[in-house]
Amino acid sequence: MPESTKESAQAGPVISVRDLRVQYGELEILHGINFDVELAQTLVILGGSGSGKSTLLRTLVGLEKPSAGQIWMKGQNLASISRAEMDEIRKKIGMSFQGGALFGSMTVGENVALPLREHTNLEDSTIEIIVRLKLDQVGLAGFEYYMPSELSGGMKKRAAVARALAMDPEILFFDEPSAGLDPIIAAGIDHLILQLKKAFHMTVIVVTHELASAFLIADRMVLIDKGQIVAFGTTEEMRSSTHPRVRQFLDRVPEPEVSQELDYLQMLTENTRKAGRMAGWRRGA
Amino acid sequence: MMEFVAQVGDTVTNCLAYVGALASLVTRASYYAFVGPFQGKHPRWQGAVSQAMDVGVRALPILSLITFFIGLILALQSAYELRKLGALTYVASAVAVSMSRELGPLITAILVIGRSGSALAAEIGTMRVTEEIDALETMAIEPVDFLVTPKFLAMILMMPCLTMWANSMGILGGSLFGVAQADFTWVRYIRSSLDALYLRDISTGLIKSVMFGITITAVGCHEGFSTGGGAEEIGRSTTQAVVISIFMVIAVDLVFTALFFFVGDR
Ligand SMILES: Nc1ncnc2c1ncn2[C@@H]1O[C@H](COP(=O)(O)OP(=O)(O)O)[C@@H](O)[C@H]1O
Ligand SMILES: [Mg+2]
Repeated sequence: MPESTKESAQAGPVISVRDLRVQYGELEILHGINFDVELAQTLVILGGSGSGKSTLLRTLVGLEKPSAGQIWMKGQNLASISRAEMDEIRKKIGMSFQGGALFGSMTVGENVALPLREHTNLEDSTIEIIVRLKLDQVGLAGFEYYMPSELSGGMKKRAAVARALAMDPEILFFDEPSAGLDPIIAAGIDHLILQLKKAFHMTVIVVTHELASAFLIADRMVLIDKGQIVAFGTTEEMRSSTHPRVRQFLDRVPEPEVSQELDYLQMLTENTRKAGRMAGWRRGA
Repeated sequence: MMEFVAQVGDTVTNCLAYVGALASLVTRASYYAFVGPFQGKHPRWQGAVSQAMDVGVRALPILSLITFFIGLILALQSAYELRKLGALTYVASAVAVSMSRELGPLITAILVIGRSGSALAAEIGTMRVTEEIDALETMAIEPVDFLVTPKFLAMILMMPCLTMWANSMGILGGSLFGVAQADFTWVRYIRSSLDALYLRDISTGLIKSVMFGITITAVGCHEGFSTGGGAEEIGRSTTQAVVISIFMVIAVDLVFTALFFFVGDR
């Protein structure tokens, strides 16, 4: 429950979102979003392009202000905490942006080192070792002296993941980590996410539209369309759902072709929206 | 008529809001520059040094050339009048005083706007568009602290230095005319320039140059931060930064010149 403000005990969910509404100017993008994320679980946010996934993620990390509703992170209401308290939370989260958002004027190594230099008093040599470890973890060992402009799109994304991991965060946010990557590298990122959850008990929130990867890494899934949640449940609940559209959707999962997956996602969201909210897709015990 | 009044009212409100936004940016940057280090925040001097190289040292060749020419032009122009009065020996003091009080700081500011003000807006605007500013925020790094403060420190450090250099080069430019046309020797020209200058002439120019530096940084960074949308917006911000900076520098110049006139010369 969000009311349980006893921190560190972590009895309740790590993140609770209640009736969240976000608008850009006059235009409302998210229309009342509700979900919880438990400790050391992976939530996958699925949805077509322009459905508001990035906006949701940006709001969760405090980059956009909700116009209504609340976000509780580790028992604290983001709307009512001070800047300093927000910074303390932000030191414990990592975010990997859709486009990487690496600092173009710094080398890859400096990018990863930046949060460590800013927030810790570690020796340069220690920071160097951590940077190497993090880059190794994402398969970019030996690239610390490259500039971001010298990296391919996939390498940039992985460097951004390394930077997000630099401070050993408790919660990780990924915006489309494997979009546009070749399948082997994308599988590597899936593997990394699973590893982080198992070995470090990280809570991970991933925005994606790659279905195969979503089912591999998710504990819970949210299907979002036009700013509303149309489905929310565990992967098992998804699998055992008898909704014809969901069945069709799931049977298509092994299909590797991205364009078809996208088509299915589109079709699914269209139909579920028409049918109203799916019944029986509540969060299980 | 009412519409016109309303429009003027709107414009004035917008201008005040803009100046308010600049003031708030400057306040925050000075806080992080001068108070932050005493509260356990990282001092930004290291970043400021590399910025100072960019803003200051690399501007020297072009600044020298321009201000040398300006000094020479000033000498020619004032000689035109002074010759009529048979007072050609006053060329040295005319050049020295108008360089130090006005043209040194102003020309330096205009050059720095072109070189660094536009670059500030482009750099921060690009970072805004590529979500680098957002990335800073999610890492709990205050963008004003991290980005603006080093530029701010570099600017208030380098502007007076550049201005002093500009003044010297202007006087040197004037001396070329003095020696060639007005029977000065180099040494005598420089000496009568220095004799003509009061400390106040130099210090008011330097105070203005610091104010110009603050203005240029504030406008450049503000325009960068308020870049919206895509890459084409960066060009707009850059142009905007240059135009607004030039206007603001002239406005600040007017305010301080008037201030020094009424307060200083009682
Ligand atoms: N900064 C912004 N200003 C105005 N509208 C925006 C902005 N960012 C996104 N939008 C709009 O919000 C909607 C959702 O965008 P986004 O969250 O990026 O979707 P997704 O990540 O699911 O593709 C889109 O219609 C987009 O045009
Ligand atoms: Mg997106």
